[in-house]
Amino acid sequence: MCVIKAENLTKWFNGFVAVDHISFSMNQGELFGLLGPNGAGKTTVINMLSTLLKPTSGYAEVAGFNISKNKDDVRGSIGIVFQELALDNRLTGRENLEFHAMMYGMGKEERRKRIKEVLELVELTDKTDVLVEKYSGGMKRRLEIARGLVHKPKVLFLDEPTLGLDAQTRRHIWDYIKKLNKGSEIAIILTTHYMEEADYLCDRVAIIDHGKIVALNTPNKLKDVLGGDVVSLEVERSIEDLMSHLKNLKWVKMIKKHNGFLNLTMEKGEKRIPELINIAQKIGIIVSSVNLRKPSLEDVFLHFTGKTIREQETSHNERSREKMRRRMMRR
Amino acid sequence: MIKVKSINSTAIYVLWLREMKRFVRAKSRVIGTLAMPLFFLAFLGLGFNNMSIPGMSKDIDYIRFLVPGIIGMTMLFTSMFAGISVLWDREFGFLKEIMVTPVNRVSIVLGRIAGGTTTALIQGLLILGISLLMGFKIIGISSLLLSIVFMLMIATTFIGLGLIFASKMKDIHGFSLIMNFVIFPLFFLSGALFPLGNLPFYIRYISYIDPLTYGVDGLRGTLIGVSSFSIIFNFIILVGFSLMMVLLGAYFFEKSESV
Repeated sequence: MCVIKAENLTKWFNGFVAVDHISFSMNQGELFGLLGPNGAGKTTVINMLSTLLKPTSGYAEVAGFNISKNKDDVRGSIGIVFQELALDNRLTGRENLEFHAMMYGMGKEERRKRIKEVLELVELTDKTDVLVEKYSGGMKRRLEIARGLVHKPKVLFLDEPTLGLDAQTRRHIWDYIKKLNKGSEIAIILTTHYMEEADYLCDRVAIIDHGKIVALNTPNKLKDVLGGDVVSLEVERSIEDLMSHLKNLKWVKMIKKHNGFLNLTMEKGEKRIPELINIAQKIGIIVSSVNLRKPSLEDVFLHFTGKTIREQETSHNERSREKMRRRMMRR
Repeated sequence: MIKVKSINSTAIYVLWLREMKRFVRAKSRVIGTLAMPLFFLAFLGLGFNNMSIPGMSKDIDYIRFLVPGIIGMTMLFTSMFAGISVLWDREFGFLKEIMVTPVNRVSIVLGRIAGGTTTALIQGLLILGISLLMGFKIIGISSLLLSIVFMLMIATTFIGLGLIFASKMKDIHGFSLIMNFVIFPLFFLSGALFPLGNLPFYIRYISYIDPLTYGVDGLRGTLIGVSSFSIIFNFIILVGFSLMMVLLGAYFFEKSESV
């Protein structure tokens, strides 16, 4: 059964397009990831699907309800964990959950039972009556995940669920997400700019850049697109020469220049390395380092967008700084 | 426009309950908001008490004249803050949590008004209680009940106004502007501190569009039995203002985007 269907979803903000004709669908029980750099439009997609933002154009259904026409029905069938914390610090953990459950119209007995369940799931049972302002960052996140689940939603939205958490806490959160996806029919859609996160958690990943989905598949199939291993050669000069020599080899599936490295994809990379170095030597080019790896989603991202996620984020930050500067000048 | 059956009483109750819990836990906030009216009451009341103020009946002490004004002031400040507190919820992200729930916007506004009105009323009554301890006398129990009606109307009017501002502002940086250019003028123009008859006519006319003018006058009429307009006239005008502000507040809140 299809729980989210988006068709040409688009959002403009003051003359700039944040989300550009995005279409995808996801099924019940699926763990679906939107992977992309900051500013790619992931949060805007989530905000539109959760009825907080009106789409400029396009259409979407969540749990069978139209996000523009049946807002309250959509709201009743989803749970959401926002990128920024959205807890009331002056209330205890239990009070935050009680507030939530009552807003969703749950009865007293049902509330009590369900709150106990979700608190056990995220292992916060012994902290329920502590004010949230005393919680650590990881505990707040876990409480929010628990809250998103209290009213038994059909779809759970997680917007950058591990942003700003240390590596160990991140692992922990990943385990909770895996655990709750395994045992139930709940569909989870998460956004992230961490490659490992998308790779480790998601059944399918949509790579999103500049408001567009550039690729969508299972992590393994996305990596298969590159066709085998990635070999990176570092050469001091005449990188173009080497590139034109290697381009015509039959077993080199793809070749790309990036930041002084030559990235080649091929099968059985470890066997081909001596050959590569031989060719370079023959034309008088010295290879200063070689790196062989199985392709990661980072390589996939690089393949589809021509940049790594980090570079894309830097250039995005520069763009927004530039915009800010211009705005300041106008004042 | 508003469907009665869509009003969600559980949601209104839980929003109110949240306000109450926050109110009880934020003792410094309560003390902070009570301090200013008490200082006004103590220093102005004691300082001016032996002076006769032109345009005021001789047998009314200044402090008797002042107490209803200071109660009106407390209601004005706490209610505006309650309305504007939507901005704090937006700042701390909690507004989004409220807005993604399947509760219609009218109930959310009503919940906020219920919570804000209660906290404002508690603070207004605290000021009244302290004044009674300081020797202020009211004309009777029924007058006390009537004055509570006026306090409730002042509260809803200014929570509505606060909601309008909160819906139009993106963050809390504009708050001091509102403090200086809206709240203080509303206070000074209301006749809380001095009889409006002393003002030049062109300023007096401005004070006639200030809802607090009728609130303070109504409180004076009910608590000490002296007022410029009749109590019923004040009541009718204030009912009009509070309905208008609540509807406008709800309208702008509904229109505003929560992210």
